[in-house]
Amino acid sequence: MSIDPAARAGYVDHPPRMGFFTDTSVCIGCKACEVACKEWNAVPEDGLSLSGMSYDNTVGLGASTWRHVAFIEQSIPRRETPSNPAPSEASSAASAGSAETPSNPAPSEASFAASAGSAETPSNPAPSEASFAASAGSAETASSSAASEASFADRLAAEVPKGPPGQAILTAGRVAGGGSGGLVSTPQEIRWLMSSDVCKHCTEAGCLDVCPTGALMRTEFGTVVVQDDVCNGCGYCIPACPFGVIGRRESDGGAHKCTLCYDRISDGMMPACAKACPTESIQFGPVDELRQRAASRLSSLHEAGVADARLYLDDPADGIGGGGSLFLLLDEPEVYGLPPDPVVTTRDLPRMWRHVAAAAAALAVGALAAGLSGVRGRS
Amino acid sequence: MVPAAEFRSYYGRPVIKEPVWKVPEVPGYLFLGGLAGASSALAAASDLAGRPELARVAKTAAAGAISLSAVALIADLGRPARFHHMLRVFKPTSPMSVGSWLLAGYGPAAGVAAASALTGLLPGIGKTATVAAAALGPGVAAYTAALLSDTAVPAWHDAHRELPYVFVGSAAMAAGGLGLLMVGPDRGEPARNLAVAGAVAEVAAKSLLIKRLGPVGAEPYQSGRAGRLMEAAEILTAAGLTAAVLGGRNRVAGALAGAALVTSSALTRFGIFFAGRTSSRDPKYTIAPQRARAGSGRERMPATHPADAGRPASGDGWRNLPLGRGWLRNGPPNGRMAGHRRMSWTGMVSFEGHFPEPKIFSTQEIVVSRMAQGRPPTAGWRGSHRRRHRDYRRGGVVTVT
Repeated sequence: MSIDPAARAGYVDHPPRMGFFTDTSVCIGCKACEVACKEWNAVPEDGLSLSGMSYDNTVGLGASTWRHVAFIEQSIPRRETPSNPAPSEASSAASAGSAETPSNPAPSEASFAASAGSAETPSNPAPSEASFAASAGSAETASSSAASEASFADRLAAEVPKGPPGQAILTAGRVAGGGSGGLVSTPQEIRWLMSSDVCKHCTEAGCLDVCPTGALMRTEFGTVVVQDDVCNGCGYCIPACPFGVIGRRESDGGAHKCTLCYDRISDGMMPACAKACPTESIQFGPVDELRQRAASRLSSLHEAGVADARLYLDDPADGIGGGGSLFLLLDEPEVYGLPPDPVVTTRDLPRMWRHVAAAAAALAVGALAAGLSGVRGRS
Repeated sequence: MVPAAEFRSYYGRPVIKEPVWKVPEVPGYLFLGGLAGASSALAAASDLAGRPELARVAKTAAAGAISLSAVALIADLGRPARFHHMLRVFKPTSPMSVGSWLLAGYGPAAGVAAASALTGLLPGIGKTATVAAAALGPGVAAYTAALLSDTAVPAWHDAHRELPYVFVGSAAMAAGGLGLLMVGPDRGEPARNLAVAGAVAEVAAKSLLIKRLGPVGAEPYQSGRAGRLMEAAEILTAAGLTAAVLGGRNRVAGALAGAALVTSSALTRFGIFFAGRTSSRDPKYTIAPQRARAGSGRERMPATHPADAGRPASGDGWRNLPLGRGWLRNGPPNGRMAGHRRMSWTGMVSFEGHFPEPKIFSTQEIVVSRMAQGRPPTAGWRGSHRRRHRDYRRGGVVTVT
C-alpha cells in the first residue's frame, strides 16, 4: 500500500501526487533537461570545467544543479559462445551481409546486437530494441532464456579489470563490428549508459524530517520544496539526504534543490525538464500512472532481451517509501552514482532518541552520585 | 555484517554529500555543549553536597561554554541573521530543532545560575536556575549524538546506538576534569569521581562502537586525521585516568589529570566529526553495506516508518507517534486538526505528520477555514495584496516573513 505524503502532511483536497519517471533506456544525453531547469529556475552557474567523466561535466547534483546527466561508458571483450562465435573474416562478412536482410537491424546496429548468431534467426525481436540487447548472443536465446545467458552487466563485472576504487569502466578497446574486417585485436561490446538524475521527492524524505526551521515542506502535489525565505542555512538537510541531492549555495548561504517546478505544475504545466526532453525519457505525471508505465516499459524491455533493465525507487516498500521520481536503469544503481538500498535516516530516529534519553538519565544520575559521594570525605 | 568487498561506483564519486558544517565551530560546539551540560549537573550535585567553590566553578564553566557555543552555532549558519528561525517550529523528527529548544531554555538558566553564584545576588533565583540548568543539561550533552546520527553519513548513522553514551561519557569527563583542574582533588572530589566515571564510560562505549561497525565501517575512525585524533584522545584519557586515580590529593597530579581529560574530550569530538566527513567522501562506505544488504535479489527492508504503523486509512490527519503513548499517539482529543491544514502566524508549520503538532504559536483557525473555503483570509492580511488569489483557493503556501 502506497502512502500519500500530501495527505499525511495535512492537505485535505489535494491534487494527485506528481512525479517523474525517467526512462534511461531512451535518454540520449543531450542535457536539454539541465539547461531548461537552469533557465526556468534562474539557477546560477556553478562551475565550467572538464571533468573527464565521459560527457558529464556537471559532475553531480547540488544547490545550483538540479538536473544532472550521468554518462557511463562500458565495454567488455565479446565472449565466444556457440551462438556467438568469434568474428572471423568470413563471419564478419556474413554478419555484415546478413545485416541487410529485412529481419535484421541496420549494420551499425548489428555491431551492438553483439552476436553473429542473431543473423541466423528469422524470428528476431524488434530491431531497435535489439541494439540494447547487450545480453550475450543470439536473439533466439534472448527472449526464451534471457536469464540463462549472462547479462552485459554481469559479464562486465566479471571480466573488466577494476580500476581505481571499484570503477565499472573501461578499457580502451576498439570496437568490432560487422564488416570492419581485421582491424581489431579483441572485439568489444560497447554500451553507453545515460541517465538524468534529479531530486527523488521521497515519500519519507530525510531532508524534510531534519529541517529545524520548517523551511523544507511538503506541497499538495506530494513534492518536497525549500522555502527560501525561511531557510537559515543550517545545513542539516545536506548530510541527511541519502542520495546527496540537496546542497547549500555558497553565494547566498541557503539550501536549494529541485522544486519539481512547483510554480509550473501549480499552473497546470509540465516541469521544464520534462517539457524540454526530446525523447520523453523524462516523463511527468501522477505517480500512480507513472508506476504503471514504468512496469509496462520494464516488461517490454525484458521481453526484448534487455535483462539488465530494472526499476529504481518504484517500490513503496523500500527504504524511502518509494520516490516521487522513479527510474528505469540499465545497470545497478551504484553505477549511476545512486545508492543501491537507501533508507531514510528517520527510520532509526526513535531508537536514537531512546538511547539519548538513557544516556542523559545516566549522566544526571552519575553527576548526582559523584556529588553525593564526596560528602563523606569532606574535611 | 561484513560488507561486500567489491563495489562499483560512478567514477569513484561520493554518493551522499558531506556535511557543510564548519570546523572548528561545530566540533567545538559538540565539546563545549557537552562540557556545559555536564557541568550544570555537577554544579547542582556540588550544591547538594555542600561544596560551594566547586559549584561556582562548574556554573561559571557551564555559562561560559554555552555562550561560546551560541556564538559558534550562529557563526556556522549560512544565513546567521536568521538564527531565530530555529524557534519557528518544534519538530521532534529534527534533533537540531529539539536541541535549539533545549538550548533556548538551558542557556539563560545556566547564565542566571552563574551570575547568581558569582555575584551572590538573588540566591533563590540562582538556586532555581541551577536546578533548571541541571535538569536540561544532560539533554544538552546527549542530544548532539542524535544530531550527528540522524544523517546519512555512514560513520555517524551506524554508530547511533553507542554515540550518545560516548558523548555523555566524554562530557562528564570534560566537566569533571575542568573541576578537578580548577579546584584540585582535595576540595573537588565530586569532580574527580565524575571525571573517572565519565572516562570509563566513554572508553567502554567507544570500544563497543568500533566493534559494532566492523573492520570496514570503523575505518574512518581509525585512519587519517580522525584516526590520529582518536588515538591521541585515548592516550590522554589513559594518562588522565591514571593521574586522577593514583594522584590522591596531589594538586599537580590533579591539575594534569584534569587538563588531560578535558583535552581528550575535545579531541574525541573532533575525531568523530572528521571520521564522519571521511566516511561521506568515499562511496565505498555508503555503497558496500547497502549492496550487501540488498543482495542481488533486491531484498527489501520492511516498511517500518513510524508514521505508518496502524495509521487510520481515512487519512484525516492524525498519525501515530513512534515513541509516545496516550494522546500523543492518538492526537489531541478535540480533533481540531481534522480537515484543515494548520498554519501558524509565522507560516507553514511543516512536518510530515509523524508527530502531532503541539501548539506553540497561536493558530489563526478562522484564517485557515476561510482559506479552505477559497476566500482571502482577512481583509488586512499582511501581504495579501501580493499573493495571487489562486494561492488561497488551493490553500497554497503563504509564507509570511
